[in-house]
Amino acid sequence: MTNINDMTEFALILLSTILVNNFVLVKFLGLCPFMGVSRKLETAMGMGMATAFVLTLSSVCSYLVNEYLLAPFGLEYLRTIMFILVIAVVVQFTEMVVHKTSPVLYNVLGIFLPLITTNCAVLGVALLNVQEQHGFLQSAFYGFGASVGFSLVLVLFAAMRERLEVADVPVAFKGNAIALITAGIMSLAFMGFAGLIKL
Amino acid sequence: MTTALIVLAALAGIFGLILGYSAIRFKVEGDPIVDQIDALLPQTQCGQCTYPGCRPYATAIANGEAPINQCPPGGETTILQLADLLGVEPLELNPENGAESVVTVAVIDEENCIGCTLCIQACPVDAIIGAAKQMHTVITAECTGCDLCLPPCPVDCIDMVPVKSETSNWKWPLPDRVDAAPRAK
Repeated sequence: MTNINDMTEFALILLSTILVNNFVLVKFLGLCPFMGVSRKLETAMGMGMATAFVLTLSSVCSYLVNEYLLAPFGLEYLRTIMFILVIAVVVQFTEMVVHKTSPVLYNVLGIFLPLITTNCAVLGVALLNVQEQHGFLQSAFYGFGASVGFSLVLVLFAAMRERLEVADVPVAFKGNAIALITAGIMSLAFMGFAGLIKL
Repeated sequence: MTTALIVLAALAGIFGLILGYSAIRFKVEGDPIVDQIDALLPQTQCGQCTYPGCRPYATAIANGEAPINQCPPGGETTILQLADLLGVEPLELNPENGAESVVTVAVIDEENCIGCTLCIQACPVDAIIGAAKQMHTVITAECTGCDLCLPPCPVDCIDMVPVKSETSNWKWPLPDRVDAAPRAK
C-alpha cells in the first residue's frame, strides 16, 4: 500500500514535469512536433494523446528493459540503442491501434505519428529516468507527467496559432516566424514556474 | 560482446513477436486498394463492365479477376490511371463492354410518360423520381448517364441528351496521355 510520502512524491513528480520542468518549454525537447503539429487544435489534441500513450508506455518499458535486462548483464552501454528499439516498437504498436480505432485521427496525424519515434522528448524521458534512478512507478509518473506537459503546451500553442492565423501580423513575421516568437514568450512564461518546487 | 548480441537479438525477437501479433489483432478491415480503385472509377454504376456496380468491379480488379479495360464511361483516362495505380500495362478499352462516349444525362419526355415506375427500379443511383401513374422526372445532378433506364421504358419516352458545357459544370480537361501514362519507376 502506498503511503502519504509516496503520494506526495508522485504529485510532485507530476507537477514538476508538467509545469516546472516542462519538457518542451524548459528543457527544449520535442520541438519538432511542437512546431509541426500545432497548426490546428484538433491535430494538436490527437498528437498530444498519441504522444501521451507512447511516452508513458515507453518510459515503463524502457525502465523494465534497463532494470531486468541491461543491468544484470552489465550492458548499460547499450542503453541508448535499446531505448530507441523500445520506443520504435511502442510507436509502431500505437500506430496500429490508432489506425484500427480511429482512422480519422490516423489520417490527421499522418506522418507525425511514426515521427514520434524521433521525438527527442520520448528518448529524453527514458534516459532521464535512468539518470535520476527512478523506480517503476516513478518512471511511469515521470513519463505520464512529461506527456501531459507536452500535450498541455502543444494544445495551448495550437490555440494561440489558430488566433495568430487571423491576426494582423506584419508581413515579415507571418507564419513560422511569429510562431517561434510566441513559443519563446511561452517559454519565458513557463520559466516563471522555476523554483516552485524542488525535487 | 556475445552477451550483448544475444540480449539485443532476444529483445528484438520478442518485440517482433509482439508487433506481429498486434498486426493480426489490429488488422484494419477493408482493402485500401479496393478503395483506391473505386475512387478512380467514374461511379456511374452503369454495369457495362458486367459487374453490378463500380465497387464490385473495383473488388474484381483488386482480386485479379477482371482486366482494367471494361469501363466505357471512364474510357482511356480511367484505364491509364488504373494502369498507373496497379503497375500494369494499359489496355485498349474492351469493345464488348461498349464504346467511350460523351457524357449524357437522361431526360424524360414528360408528355408521354405513363408513370409505370419501371425506370425508377432500373436506376442505379435513384436519380428518377415519380410514383405509379404519376409523371416521372430525372434529377439531372444525380444522373450518371448510364443508359440503364432506356430498355425498361415501355413507351420509349427517355432520351439521352449530351451535357452542355456551362459555367456550372465546366471542369479543367483531364491530363493528356503523356501525364497520365505510367512513369518510369
